[in-house]
Amino acid sequence: MSKAGDKSWIGRSVERIEDLTLLAGRGRYIDDIGVPPGTLHAAILRSPHAHAEIRAINTEAARRARGVVAIITAAEVAKLSASLVVGVKAPIECWPIAVGRVRHVGEPVAVVVAGDRYLAEDALELIEVDYAPLPAIVDPLAALDPQLPPLHEGLSSNIASDRSFRYGDPQREFAEAARKVSVSIRYPRNSCTPIETYGIVAVYDPAEDAYDVLANFPGPFSLHPVMARALKVPGNRLRLRTPPDSGGSFGIKQGVFPYVVLMGVAARVAGRPVKWVEDRLEHLCASVSATNRVTKLEAAVDADGRVRALSFDQIEDVGAHIRAPEPATLYRMHGNLTGAYDIRHVAVRNRVVLTNKTPTGLNRGFGGPQMYYALERLMQRVAVELKLDPIDVIRCNLVPTNAFPYQTASGALLDSGDYTRALDVALADGGFAELKKRRDAARAQGRIYGIGCTAVVEPSVSNMGYITTVLTAEERRRAGAKNGAQATATVAFDPLGAVSVHTASAPQGQGHRTVLAQIVADAFGLAPNDIRTVSEIDTARDAWSIASGNYSSRFAAAVGGAAHLAAMRLKEKLARTAAAQLNVPPAEIEFAGGRVHARGNPDNSISFARLAATSHWSPGVVADDDQALRETVFWTPPELSPPTEADEVNSSLCHGFIFDFCGVEVDRVTGAVRVDKYVTMHDCGRVLHPGMVAGQITGGFAQGIGAALYEEFAYSPDGAFLAGTFADYLLPTSTEVPVPVILHVETPSPFTPLGAKGVGEGNCMSTPVCLANAVTDALGLDAIDLPMTPAKLAAHIHPAEQAPNRARGLS
Amino acid sequence: MKPARFDYLRAGTLAEAHATLAAEGEDARVLAGGQSLVPMLSMRMARPKVLIDIMHLPQLAKIESDVNTIHIGAGVRQAKLLAWPEIHERQPLLAAALPWVGHAQTRSRGTICGSVAHADPSAEIPLVLLALKGAIHLSSRQKQRRVSAIDFFTGMMSTARNDDELIEAVEAPCRAPGHGYAFREFGRRHGDFAIVACAAVAHADGVRLAIGGVADCPAVRDYPDLTGTALDDALDEFAWELDARDDLHATESFRRNLVRQLGRAAIEEARRCRA
Repeated sequence: MSKAGDKSWIGRSVERIEDLTLLAGRGRYIDDIGVPPGTLHAAILRSPHAHAEIRAINTEAARRARGVVAIITAAEVAKLSASLVVGVKAPIECWPIAVGRVRHVGEPVAVVVAGDRYLAEDALELIEVDYAPLPAIVDPLAALDPQLPPLHEGLSSNIASDRSFRYGDPQREFAEAARKVSVSIRYPRNSCTPIETYGIVAVYDPAEDAYDVLANFPGPFSLHPVMARALKVPGNRLRLRTPPDSGGSFGIKQGVFPYVVLMGVAARVAGRPVKWVEDRLEHLCASVSATNRVTKLEAAVDADGRVRALSFDQIEDVGAHIRAPEPATLYRMHGNLTGAYDIRHVAVRNRVVLTNKTPTGLNRGFGGPQMYYALERLMQRVAVELKLDPIDVIRCNLVPTNAFPYQTASGALLDSGDYTRALDVALADGGFAELKKRRDAARAQGRIYGIGCTAVVEPSVSNMGYITTVLTAEERRRAGAKNGAQATATVAFDPLGAVSVHTASAPQGQGHRTVLAQIVADAFGLAPNDIRTVSEIDTARDAWSIASGNYSSRFAAAVGGAAHLAAMRLKEKLARTAAAQLNVPPAEIEFAGGRVHARGNPDNSISFARLAATSHWSPGVVADDDQALRETVFWTPPELSPPTEADEVNSSLCHGFIFDFCGVEVDRVTGAVRVDKYVTMHDCGRVLHPGMVAGQITGGFAQGIGAALYEEFAYSPDGAFLAGTFADYLLPTSTEVPVPVILHVETPSPFTPLGAKGVGEGNCMSTPVCLANAVTDALGLDAIDLPMTPAKLAAHIHPAEQAPNRARGLS
Repeated sequence: MKPARFDYLRAGTLAEAHATLAAEGEDARVLAGGQSLVPMLSMRMARPKVLIDIMHLPQLAKIESDVNTIHIGAGVRQAKLLAWPEIHERQPLLAAALPWVGHAQTRSRGTICGSVAHADPSAEIPLVLLALKGAIHLSSRQKQRRVSAIDFFTGMMSTARNDDELIEAVEAPCRAPGHGYAFREFGRRHGDFAIVACAAVAHADGVRLAIGGVADCPAVRDYPDLTGTALDDALDEFAWELDARDDLHATESFRRNLVRQLGRAAIEEARRCRA
């Protein structure tokens, strides 16, 4: 490892390599990249109904429309592809287009392929679909009703999975505990809405029966085999490439994968390349939503606030289809159900239900916002009901400092941390005592002011096997154990001794290339500008595995670590070659300032570039084992083992810690929430680039503000989608997002090569519930569901409205 | 989200614009800043055969004022009026309301008259014209006419404009001695469509209050100098008369309450500003 002294690039906010391109408008996003000559454009006809049988589709007039080359309906898709694999053991299919019936507003019904997008949309209007509307199931609790007809023929009800778990002896703890405290939560639907929507250019080569698809797909590449199987080709006949730049994802762009299959089929039918760029209306109604969840969570509590046991009842609404990797949202947090707390007894019932809503998928926070909203509302309720200080309730339940690595009741291995110290530093440096005075002063003036706090463990680097926790141990045995999180990195020297790095990390603006350059520059004693990095993916050429891609905050911990390991392998080889030339032992070779020299004798040196080029020009002088041209590392942490027979799962490799507190004021007239102060303390292990970490925290915080106060994919009771534009689905803008105070402590992860942990998702987990705890404190409410809109809060402030006195007549 | 086919005419003269409107009637739409029309075209909610671009007619791009009135031509962008050095002096209510119109980006393209033509029920500019007793100047190949704001806004995105007419200008009275003006608005976010917007004009004999965002088009009431519970009762009655409805962003009851509270705040501020 490079020395963490003054020469280290890691830990410094170096200028981002990406920014000169991105800020000057020279990014190469999918819609900027040239397409093959003759490329056609697709438009998609989508369902206006939440639930309806498709009696007939008449495409005759559309086929005759100007510029139309092909029309694809379920018939063509069923002929040329297979159903997408579904993640639960149930006889249900999942197609990228409606087959027989539509199950949500926005579900694709037909694809028109035409000379341009305008002509394609003109032809869409000529397609006649005969729908027979069916009753819609919208409420996840209604979906539990065994009397309602199932949305999928293979199921006997709309419950796709029902699993119960028990860790420790929760029954005994609940029987013995002094108090029981519970919360009931309805977590709404929302998403993190990237600025760039889905995009695909699909080519089919009939000569080799192979697909070549460019898509802004971010991973996980475990979906590559899902796509290849759906297209009925071996994996080596689905070449999937990503563009160099991608305009945000937050996980959402994972949902482009069914469209890869759909456009692959379209290209095959049309006999020409097909391009499709999703528009904003399509994106909002039919891309991917986070799950909405109904949770009842109960705690068995001692009189001093110590929580002895938890009992979860979670009903997860995945929408109209269980699309891979769902129901992963429900199981991503399974090892972390006890959050930051030392709670040894947990009972869980997890049900996955189908409703007539958009299918769900990856979304920043992925299961964390839903889970922590329940857990951290509960911790506040414990304090309120037992008349304790909320900070004291958090503190007395935290995992003790000397307990790391700490295995949670449900199997997560918390790698490192000092939660109590982080809490204390946050309270002191964040000005908690002052905030309490501020609240008291505001209340004395009759203002509505409250304080909220929350503690969160932020998991990162997902175990690819955690999703199998949805299966029984017996089913897992039959299917074969899944686990791990292969990260890859390649470092290479060219004949001029310049260094190139490739990772399969598919960034969407995060700055991966800069951090990779820092890491590799440190290894070789170079500057970040000396390193060229490529981070897009081509499955036909690059090193990749199922865990490749950009999700579960895995870059810093896993991908950056793999790049470090690849560079260190080359460095060791170079050191031995240099040792022979400089006539000193390899252990005395040092890399610094672009040169390689003997320790204590800088004059006895050669240039790094010359040494790095040696294996190209003079392989004869290099020992066979020390040939140093290109090194690819596959790294998977041994801690990520499959779920045990007792359903314990180390669902993630790294666990950061967050403690947030905030002060909010609710406007007495409008009910609007003003965030007066927000402090967020993070321990994300070793910080590789402070500026980017602050960016991640600030971005997650902004989206947390959105989830707390503004955003909801709302549906009417009949399944109509109510949030179809950005005038209905409100994102916070810079005027609505205050600047949070960001604090850090660092406890490096012992499980990652650089000691780093993920930091990308934590505030999406902590901020919504922290704000809700503050708003409930301000208004003295027992419960509140998100989003906390002015009208919802005003109803708790304003006196009941008197009916009008019509007798006076009009003025 | 691509528009259906349409023809584009860049009007070289006002007569050319009038002639096309006369020939095409409701199949023609006037394109000014395009901030509402172009998204409607993209969503195919508007499907004109021809768009008549009037932004290259220099005579429409003028703000003209004498001591009594301000004339704002159809080519004047919202940002231009907001940046007009005399706006605060000439008409403080317009100056107070303009920053609430969309965002800096949309104001840099959107026009004053375009907002009036579009007649969104929550739009600030129609509301202010109503409060000020402003007027709309319409012209066609046949004739010119002046319609007062109270007669112009007829319902949800509907106006008294005939299909062969275009809005050449709107007219707002200048600040009158002894009058006070105030503007209040509440939306979910900065720049959002108003959930409730209030424009108040206080004068020697009383106060005029216009409310937007609640009914299908802005509504106005004139009150004598009411105070205390009399004012509360008047505002309560106004609130109920607006026929507020529930939507995704607010409940009807919430809207009525904002009418009462923001309406009262606007009236009180306008009275304080009565110079």
